[in-house]
Amino acid sequence: MKAVVTVIGRDTVGILARVASVCAEHNANILDVTQSVLSEMFTMIMVLDISDLNDSFSALQNALDKLGADIGMKILTMHEDIFNSMHRI
Amino acid sequence: MFNATDILETIRMIDQENLDVRTITMGISLLSCADADIARSCTKVYDKITRLAERLVPVGEEIERTYGIPIINKRLSVTPVSMLAAVSGGDPVLYAKTLDRAAKAVGVNYVGGYSALVQKGFAAGERELIRSIPEALAETDQVCSSVNIGSTKAGINMDAVGLMGEVILEAAKRTADKNCMGAAKIVVFCNAPEDNPFMAGAFHGVGEPDCEINVGVSGPGAVRSALAKCPDGDLTEVSDVIKKTAFKITRMGQLVGTEASKRLGVPFGIVDLSLAPTPAVGDSVAHIIEEMGIEVCGAHGTTAALALLNDAVKKGGVMASSHVGGLSGAFIPVSEDAGMIEAARSRDLSIEKLEAMTAVCSVGLDMIVIPGDTPASTISAIIADEAAIGMVNSKTTAVRVIPAIGRQAGEELEFGGLFGSGPIMALHNDRSSEKFIRRGGRIPAPMQSLKN
Repeated sequence: MKAVVTVIGRDTVGILARVASVCAEHNANILDVTQSVLSEMFTMIMVLDISDLNDSFSALQNALDKLGADIGMKILTMHEDIFNSMHRI
Repeated sequence: MFNATDILETIRMIDQENLDVRTITMGISLLSCADADIARSCTKVYDKITRLAERLVPVGEEIERTYGIPIINKRLSVTPVSMLAAVSGGDPVLYAKTLDRAAKAVGVNYVGGYSALVQKGFAAGERELIRSIPEALAETDQVCSSVNIGSTKAGINMDAVGLMGEVILEAAKRTADKNCMGAAKIVVFCNAPEDNPFMAGAFHGVGEPDCEINVGVSGPGAVRSALAKCPDGDLTEVSDVIKKTAFKITRMGQLVGTEASKRLGVPFGIVDLSLAPTPAVGDSVAHIIEEMGIEVCGAHGTTAALALLNDAVKKGGVMASSHVGGLSGAFIPVSEDAGMIEAARSRDLSIEKLEAMTAVCSVGLDMIVIPGDTPASTISAIIADEAAIGMVNSKTTAVRVIPAIGRQAGEELEFGGLFGSGPIMALHNDRSSEKFIRRGGRIPAPMQSLKN
């Protein structure tokens, strides 16, 4: 099972590290990261393996929401099925 | 693995273009609750609804959270209550109060099914139920009512049409202090679908299973925004863009429906492929029509643009879902669509044009506020016209008009929430249709009914 974390906001130092450490705390393995910075707007898409979380998926979502609020970025954590169903036949 | 463009497209559709699942509606059969004693019948109704729908709202919220998709409404539809009233007799309003209590107990926002199907005539309990609708809606908060007065197979029951004009007027009068909201919760159908998840016309047909999950999707904002990227394409390209967007929207609805059905242990019924607008800016069907190149919704060309839109939505959606049903098409509820409200205010959109538009899209004259002094027979005549369009074209049509008691054309009624606000629209003229309505009887089924 996978989840997609999307982080959008103004670029600052250490965003990737902070998101990654929350993932590690919840035992979510990072499978893939793509990021781009376009005129100071930072967009990062991270794909996580959530098969072996040490807590529920919603606990991970809550932790990432909190991080987003702390660092002033929009962080969305969504189950992969939404993207599979909308974009794959 | 995942394409970044796809991921960002989904997020943009949800975040900026108001894409959402409009409703998860649990359909519940109440046939097993019928009892000759009305008090016992009501107890069974309450128990069955609260048992089956207990987890509907929390499960809906869980799904919203997991996938990041807003699910705006969680609702219930039940077997037409006239069938229970036929068995028990007694005051049908007791059923309305029971449904209201059950809806509040499980936390849904509306329950539909205070209904009767009388396209060919009145069976036991149906006339009483219809007459009780104004009282039932005035004394409850979450109950919605619908009456099917015609079908392609049966023709139009003009006695019921006559009665419904009076019922709508009475419902508005009884709720005059609440912006005539009673009338906003009554839908008069021709060819009513039995698995429609959308209010106020949802009810759970007798051919449906004991319990099922139906899903209604939305997404006018996403369609309009996709069209904005194709400013100079011809109408074949426009149709293709709409189809592709509708496909994605519907797949999301299908995912939510199957997931809800799995988590609740209830069979999945259908996805209703409807473009349901909201009064929010950027979530308007009128604005899609305007994006296609019509200056204001209601101008000449609007019917053609809407026909294209409606057809493309279905073509895109049908492959995306395992079962399609309900109303499936573009909705044009005037007070619930920012673009329609503007067009009605500027008098670019008239009731005659809306009637023409209903011939090519789903539903019918929806959420239209009319002057409060409109005679009941004129409301009945509006219903008859609309039912005739549905009967002859083998499609669903409906009327949901709100007589604004004590107010005139040009003023406004403010409903709030998803119901929006509506400028009072002038009718075609003030000539009488009373004699035609008073004749009663049945308009025979058209030739189109003889398909066997």
